[in-house]
Amino acid sequence: MSTSDGIPTQALETLLLALADDELMLGHRNAEWTGYAPLIEEDIAFSNIAQDELGHSLAWFTLYQQLSNKKPDSLAFEREWSDYTCCRFVTYPKGDFAYTVVRQYLFDEAEQVRLRAFSLSPYEPIRDVSAKILREEAYHLMHSQGLIERLGDATEESHRRMQAALNDAFPQALGMFEALEGEDELISSGIFGGNAKLRDEWLGRVQPVLENATLLIPGAPADFGGRKRNHVEYLQQLVDDLQSVYKIAPGAKW
Amino acid sequence: MSPSVLDIDLIWKALGTITDPEIPVLSLVEMKIIRDVQVTRDAIRVVISPTFIGCPALEQMKSEIRARLAGIGFKQVEIETTFAPPWTTELLADDAKEKLRSFGIAPPPGGEGELIALLLLPVACPFCNSQQTRLDSEFGATLCKQIYFCDNCRQPFERFKPI
Ligand SMILES: [Zn+2]
Repeated sequence: MSTSDGIPTQALETLLLALADDELMLGHRNAEWTGYAPLIEEDIAFSNIAQDELGHSLAWFTLYQQLSNKKPDSLAFEREWSDYTCCRFVTYPKGDFAYTVVRQYLFDEAEQVRLRAFSLSPYEPIRDVSAKILREEAYHLMHSQGLIERLGDATEESHRRMQAALNDAFPQALGMFEALEGEDELISSGIFGGNAKLRDEWLGRVQPVLENATLLIPGAPADFGGRKRNHVEYLQQLVDDLQSVYKIAPGAKW
Repeated sequence: MSPSVLDIDLIWKALGTITDPEIPVLSLVEMKIIRDVQVTRDAIRVVISPTFIGCPALEQMKSEIRARLAGIGFKQVEIETTFAPPWTTELLADDAKEKLRSFGIAPPPGGEGELIALLLLPVACPFCNSQQTRLDSEFGATLCKQIYFCDNCRQPFERFKPI
């Protein structure tokens, strides 16, 4: 199925939903630090980042709505947990602050390569939204990269915690680049160069930063499954929490 | 009442009285959040562009736009959100920046350029105008602000993020 201008609609829907779901889940995980972060500045930072990511999620859901006619609220709050197509990476519990920082950094770098690719896409809606999000993301990356640089080799404890977090997060992060259904069509229509290409660009960005921070990249294989709706159970708990208020009064006007 | 092209000044004037919920010294028109107004045969179309996509004040802004236009007799209002071209701090005029400063918020730097380059420019304290200031927190009380500290007058202050 494709539109008159050669854009593969179904594959594009798959892509938009994956982007929206990633932002929604990580936004929710970040919001779990509100009131609990180790420093007031970090509490503010992760609350802001959560709000940004939820906004980005809404922007992707809105583009998806233009193709599918499905409402963002319904997509966010009425699906079964097993219907989301986020990568597993964004569904894991927030862990300690080191894990949160490492996850956020690896995600922020992926946002950079994704959004830079999409901002050159021939499909105007995705191009415009990407260009806008990219400007906001500069602040996320500055923050998370700064923490990687400061905590990677600050003290024995900070190094140990950051390395342990990277050991967990890195293979999970590779799961962000799991191939999407219909990805070949997205590549041939020029929407983006595909997830394998994004992963290589991402590696080119994260490797030197992690190395400078004295952190070693583990060799474990990618944690795939999320794009095929094969999730870990943490997502079920997350979705229960995410939808709990909505389900008290579905469709309520605030 | 159906709108006529002659009403356009009246419409802009009404919209110019809506202040930004997070920055009450500036109107949505001065903020350049309201980008365009089009009068069609049976409706008024208002084009808005959010400062930050996740801005929680957006819904309130939309309802105030509807209320204000209803107040001058226009009930049929369509509000379109656009990201193209994106809202950027370059859109703020000098007098809008001066109002921000007098409200105690350091305005974003002018001029075009890569965001990263804009972020390296010195930031003047809105209270004492000293450039002996430092970034305290990259994020602030709202998505569009960050927190600085002035080493001269020993006060924290907010700064509108260049975006
Ligand atoms: Zn001062």
